[in-house]
Amino acid sequence: MLAPATHIIPLTVIQRRRLLPAEGRLQVRQGQNVRATDVIATASLKPKHVMLDIAAGLGVGRGEAKKFIERYLEDEVAEGDVIAKKTGLMTRSVRAPVEGRLVLITDGFVMLEAKTPQFELLAGIPGQVAELIHNLGAVIETSGALVQGMWGNGRVDFGLLNVLADGPDAVLTPDQIDVSLRGGVILSGHCSSPEALRNAADQRLRGLVLGSLDAELSPLARKMAFPILLTDGFGHLPMNERAFKLLSTNNKRDIALNAEPLNRMTGSRPEILIPLPGGERLDAPAPVGRLGAGVLVRITRDPYRGRLAVVDALLPGRTTLQNGLRVSAASVTIVGGETAQVPLANLEILNQG
Amino acid sequence: MTTSIVNADTLLAIDVGTVTTRAFYFDAVAGEYRFVAMGTAPSTYRFPINDASEGIRQAISQLEEITGRQFVSLEENLISPGTNEGTGVDTVAATISAVPPLNVLAVGLLEDVSLESAKNLASTIYARVVDTISMNDRRSLAEKVDEILRQRPDLVIIAGGTENGASKSVIKLLDVVGLASILLPENQRPQMLFAGNPAVAPEVVSTLREFSTVETAPNLRPALDVEQLGPAQGELRSIFRRIFSARNPGVKELDTWTAGRLLPSATGFGRMVEFISHHNHAKAVLGVDVGAASTVIASAYTGDLRQRIYSRLGLGEELESLLRYTSLANVVRWLAIDVGEADVRDYVLHKTLYPNSIPVTAEDAAIELALARELLVTAMKDARKYFPANAPEIKSGLMPAFEPIIVSGSTFTRAANLGHSLLALLDALEPVGVSVILMDENALLPALGAAAEINSILPVQVLDSGVLRSLGTVICPVGNARFGTPILRLRVVLPSGEEKRLDIKEGMLTTIPLEAGQKAMLQLQPLNRYDVGLGGPGRSGSVNVVGGDLGIVIDARGRPLQLARENARRKDSIKKWLWTLGS
Repeated sequence: MLAPATHIIPLTVIQRRRLLPAEGRLQVRQGQNVRATDVIATASLKPKHVMLDIAAGLGVGRGEAKKFIERYLEDEVAEGDVIAKKTGLMTRSVRAPVEGRLVLITDGFVMLEAKTPQFELLAGIPGQVAELIHNLGAVIETSGALVQGMWGNGRVDFGLLNVLADGPDAVLTPDQIDVSLRGGVILSGHCSSPEALRNAADQRLRGLVLGSLDAELSPLARKMAFPILLTDGFGHLPMNERAFKLLSTNNKRDIALNAEPLNRMTGSRPEILIPLPGGERLDAPAPVGRLGAGVLVRITRDPYRGRLAVVDALLPGRTTLQNGLRVSAASVTIVGGETAQVPLANLEILNQG
Repeated sequence: MTTSIVNADTLLAIDVGTVTTRAFYFDAVAGEYRFVAMGTAPSTYRFPINDASEGIRQAISQLEEITGRQFVSLEENLISPGTNEGTGVDTVAATISAVPPLNVLAVGLLEDVSLESAKNLASTIYARVVDTISMNDRRSLAEKVDEILRQRPDLVIIAGGTENGASKSVIKLLDVVGLASILLPENQRPQMLFAGNPAVAPEVVSTLREFSTVETAPNLRPALDVEQLGPAQGELRSIFRRIFSARNPGVKELDTWTAGRLLPSATGFGRMVEFISHHNHAKAVLGVDVGAASTVIASAYTGDLRQRIYSRLGLGEELESLLRYTSLANVVRWLAIDVGEADVRDYVLHKTLYPNSIPVTAEDAAIELALARELLVTAMKDARKYFPANAPEIKSGLMPAFEPIIVSGSTFTRAANLGHSLLALLDALEPVGVSVILMDENALLPALGAAAEINSILPVQVLDSGVLRSLGTVICPVGNARFGTPILRLRVVLPSGEEKRLDIKEGMLTTIPLEAGQKAMLQLQPLNRYDVGLGGPGRSGSVNVVGGDLGIVIDARGRPLQLARENARRKDSIKKWLWTLGS
């Protein structure tokens, strides 16, 4: 049975398709090396248009207004530039009220697209531009350690990893974040303190990696200018052991955080990349795996929420659980020794490469 | 009473849900159509497969294993028609709900009239109205264009002008749509549907067709006080199919298999609610379907179907949206266990990350049902504005007298404790009078609704065969009396002649065991001018009922339901009710 897979891999090759939400302009070329925060494409997602009534402005009829327009379609104009002018005894003109571009000339009107701040699509991971996608984005390829998360606040950055946790269940406290961490990325198990997030902002952290976060902090986390990535979810939940082990053994190394939100339609999700040389050719990990005996899984719901387990067997038909639920289930051995029957719907494959 | 059939066509029905794809097989057994078997598989509409057909083939493959019948050839083609050698199928029906909601721009002349109808039409498919434009819109032309460019709608629904009514102002509304279309890249221009004054339809088409595909449909508002959505819904469904067939190869293939009759699942569901309403002229029928990605409320009275799809209200990855419409305190009020608002917020956000996961612990199951209650309360609050105007009522301001109430959605139908499901439904829907609660536990109704288009006998006979599971008959008296006042005298007569008598007091919730399929006669004598829907306050009468999982349930907790304000008292009451229904 196919099931979603989360990758926590010490060394792999990664290809990420980075696309604008709407057509725009590419800012990179094929083969170019990029950092996670480099802009690879831009687009105007919040356009602002101004309609100029040339006929009324010049005091002429709609039909004849066109002949007084001195600019062409797609012309770029600065604020105050003359768009149309009628000379004679009484010279009258229509000027551009804002800097922009002429996008439409029709029936005595000119439509100007004002210059607005562009949406900037970041590379998300450091690597090489492997493919350009016309007007939409690029495929970035790189190699290194990969840790996929479950939630992100939408920011991207990179910095030196500082492990502030002595175990996956460590709780981040405000006093742990001081000036010595400025410009770095910190890792801990859980955070339930708004003060800790504010301190992180004050110290200009470039990233925060947690196993979990109190859900009531999610609005604040979304506002933070630095990336915040949760490897496991919301509530009081330790970081899964594999992610903690892989990340904590990379203490004091440069890591890139792409905390983009999980999107099940497109498959994009928050990720941590620790760049490493690829060496021999590696295969990119498959986004889904096949559930079966011997597969390492993460249990996503109580009573074993967040625990890792190994599938012993997929149970045939439907299984009646202790609470009376009849579901497709698997018998699993939870890391630590306990065995349990868990609904297949509550298992996620953990791929270690 | 159903008709026996001689030359029966076999039917394969597919439903592509957000989480699960189901394949149903229907065949004639002893001269009548029966639901034979179902195969299921995880849906593959989304990443990483991005092709619904993989899930469809896996579901069919499971169905083949169960039935021993081969539906798909080794070349992966559907085998049709069916053969005597036990392969293939004669007809195919299909429904889909896995698609993301369409972004719709609704355009209408008057805000409360045609614009409202354009929005209402959008609510009959999986759609999200991202912006509206009407004659009284005070934004400048450029501001309206900017908003369209920001929202990038998939579809523009334009309404306005009664028959022989306004024409110039309707054409004027097109300026902004045309202008925005010119500025959008060709492959991102929205499809257009005009359903206004037919006199201007040719001009509308000629104005807009240079930018995009324009379809026309009968006027949504032929007169100011008449709304007709039905005729335009067919055209809307065609657009829906076209858009998603172009986006997903599996949808295109499914549409081909069904000869262009692929339906939104909610449409199939609503069609069956409408169908059932033809058979009960005394009461309206209510159907509720709470899914992972959306909630559907369908009400129908003598064939007049009113259906709303709430595309952002679901128990999956959109669950956080619920908190835009209600508070955590409103969710927590339904819990008898000690769980705080922060815990519920943690639960909600965690569930959005693992939307397909299911509750296992008693605490999780209680939170999930509390959320489902609040989701239904939220949806019903809006949907009740659109219930059939002439649906019989017991008391103004309360729900109409619905019978049956049909429930779909695994949170209710697959719950570990059906009594807890029933309590959640009574809390959220607050039925009145006498009703039956039926569960569509195999999510068959959308498929049957789609099948109805090609085989009108099949849904009738399959429904008659008892595919809907009865939770029981509920009796909800309506009136005003103090807690503990006797309000109803009840006599239950079983076919064996055995009798049970019960005096019901205001505030009680109680059950009388009556096994599924077992019949009984109920004599109801309301006291203190209470009304059980037998013709008015204080009116007595008899009703024949059939048992279900919970037998007969008398919910005398009052309408509208008032929970105790004091925490401990409220929790005690809920515990008592859970014990009554769930033990």
